[in-house]
Amino acid sequence: MLWAREEPGANLVFKGARVIDPVEAIDARLDVRIDDGVIAALGDDVETNEHRVVDAAGLVLAPAFVDPHVHLRTPGREDEETIASGTAAAAAGGYCAILAMPNTEPVVDTAATLGSLAESAKRDAAVSVGFLAAITRGQRGEELTDMGELAELGAVAFSDDGVPVSSAGLMRRALQYASTTGRPLALHCEEPSLSRGGHVHDGVVAAELGIGGYPSIGESVMVERDLALAAHEEQALHLLHLSAAESVAALRRAREHGVRASGEVTPHHLVLTDEAVRSLDPNVKMNPPLRAESDRAALIDALRDGTIEAIATDHAPHARHEKDVPFEAAPFGVTGLETAFAVLYTELVEPAVLTLPTVLERMSAGPARIFGLRRPRIAAGERANLVLIDLEGTTRVTENGFKSRSVNSWLLGRALKSRIAMTLAGGAVVFE
Amino acid sequence: MTSIHLVKDELRPPGGSPRRHLISIADLTRDDIERLLGTARTFASSLEREVKKLPTLKGRLVINLFYESSTRTSSSFELAAKRLSADTLTVKSVGSSVDKGESLKDTALTLGAYDPDVIVIRHPQIGSPQLVARETSAHVVNAGDGKHQHPTQALLDLYTLQQELGRLEGLHVAIIGDVVHSRVARSLVQAFALVGVRCTLVGPPALLPRGLAAEQTSDIRVTREADVLYVLRMQSERMQPGANFVPSLREYTARWGITPERLRPGQKVMHPGPMNRGVEIDARVADAGDALIQQQVRSGLVVRMAALYDVLTGGPVGVRALAAAEVA
Repeated sequence: MLWAREEPGANLVFKGARVIDPVEAIDARLDVRIDDGVIAALGDDVETNEHRVVDAAGLVLAPAFVDPHVHLRTPGREDEETIASGTAAAAAGGYCAILAMPNTEPVVDTAATLGSLAESAKRDAAVSVGFLAAITRGQRGEELTDMGELAELGAVAFSDDGVPVSSAGLMRRALQYASTTGRPLALHCEEPSLSRGGHVHDGVVAAELGIGGYPSIGESVMVERDLALAAHEEQALHLLHLSAAESVAALRRAREHGVRASGEVTPHHLVLTDEAVRSLDPNVKMNPPLRAESDRAALIDALRDGTIEAIATDHAPHARHEKDVPFEAAPFGVTGLETAFAVLYTELVEPAVLTLPTVLERMSAGPARIFGLRRPRIAAGERANLVLIDLEGTTRVTENGFKSRSVNSWLLGRALKSRIAMTLAGGAVVFE
Repeated sequence: MTSIHLVKDELRPPGGSPRRHLISIADLTRDDIERLLGTARTFASSLEREVKKLPTLKGRLVINLFYESSTRTSSSFELAAKRLSADTLTVKSVGSSVDKGESLKDTALTLGAYDPDVIVIRHPQIGSPQLVARETSAHVVNAGDGKHQHPTQALLDLYTLQQELGRLEGLHVAIIGDVVHSRVARSLVQAFALVGVRCTLVGPPALLPRGLAAEQTSDIRVTREADVLYVLRMQSERMQPGANFVPSLREYTARWGITPERLRPGQKVMHPGPMNRGVEIDARVADAGDALIQQQVRSGLVVRMAALYDVLTGGPVGVRALAAAEVA
């Protein structure tokens, strides 16, 4: 279940937009009229009905984005992000819905915590927010949460994101029990005995810089284990923030054998490699770490062929003073909601590595499908969940330009191609 | 005049001329290394005089900021600065505000307020020298950052090799032991590549990082081919319990420890210190005439004098320049 602040539905007309809905196979120059937040007319020269007219000539109008992996830091670290600031950032990035991870302080593992988050979201959320609840109490990897009650209250899925479920036996029980709730498990795959002490990918850069390495197999052996458990139990699972070619190969194999497994990848893993770590910028430190060029290529291939169905930001705000330290002392994680589309457009679409429809699909319909959410679509009668994009525009990434409360972006100082011109979520204009 | 290209763009003060730092051997060219070694030789000859102090850096402030224990490096940097007549101030993390949880950034800002000309920093984490360079207007010399770099150690080792063996180009050095935790090894591999020294890394597989640009083997017998055996300290304090890099120190010593039996006559032995006698190096080897360990310590003083001089003046110090400085 998703929650958002009630906003009056918009009345407006987009004139002459390039409308792209990859799932509906639309890519055409059209007018789109929205009456009270609902797409009412779609075609050439639609009546404006005295609505506000947006000249969208030369702009792209697409289904708004869905981010399946956001850290809203609420409750507990409201200095880093709140529901209000995180959803405002999402709106600015073209998102109409985001899913928040439960690794907060306290962890979202009880009905009370989830209920209070839902209340806050109804009051503060600019775009729809869904909450994942933890797989294990306190994310300690010992006892399952009351998944049935949490699902009834609206938990979208279950995850111990941030830490792996180390015990194979407990993971098996989680897969068995989650099946009764109809909600997927979203897994952070990391074998702690292989990743311990690692700050970066265990490759040439780690060797040269003398920074502790977290090898690709530290992720892929856990991916293989969880896929094997899912196959055995005939249950679905979702793999969070994949980073290694070996993990991608395992996912592809499992899907070919009929395992109901899905995966996501972040913009930073699609764009950067561990070479970026040479800068020692704490804003290129994330978990899983940036890996080799061959890993990046495998992730791009998997995104293209649909093995990986979703792009997720893993938006992870951190207080300025926590990142203003030497690399090894810095926490893992970077922000991403406000730059995801622009950096993917600049680094992958414009250089013709991925097509625009592919990126739009993996940022919207793909993640919605994985989590059983209603897919944003451009069709008459649908509530307007739309993003208007100026591909010729520029997104300048500066510390003062963020809606997020945190500024730990790896793109600070960059001028990216394209700009989000307007976002409609739940029928209302939430950003322009 | 060649300059040390240590200054990354982000470290340049806006608008000003680049400040020179000595942070990583990777930032140096062969010319830089030859200039630094030449400067060190000039200072070495000055130390043969009765009055060893030079007025070269009179009125300059050199701060030594040490977050890790050190005997050799901290004492030689302090003495190097004093021999050049600089004012020195040594701050150790124990007993300072670091004990009270002050961040490196705030410590740097505090010390920066004294307008030091040079900050020499040793810190357990990579990137700390860059952080100090960003937060202060001092020239920064890296005296060891985590497992990353220890550039003055590599320079003093090159200096020692050149003095004792008369050349660098074409020498073959085997670096033996705990390479993966060694900032000295990382600096040396790069320095050797720059000056044409062949380098072989020898040790147990888990202590050899994959991806370093040097030959690697676990077979201790290959050290017989080398001109010099460079023995690394077995850094047991960096080994978490149960990490199992090696089964035991005893086993390590038996298979990779440098004993007289493993030495060929005439082979030289080096060690960056502090030594674990009886672990990576046999006492008989450490005290033998072919060990260059004391020479390394002596080289440390003149090489660090050269490093301080070089970051501050940015030019070669010829005899004439030195004479002029003495007159001044």
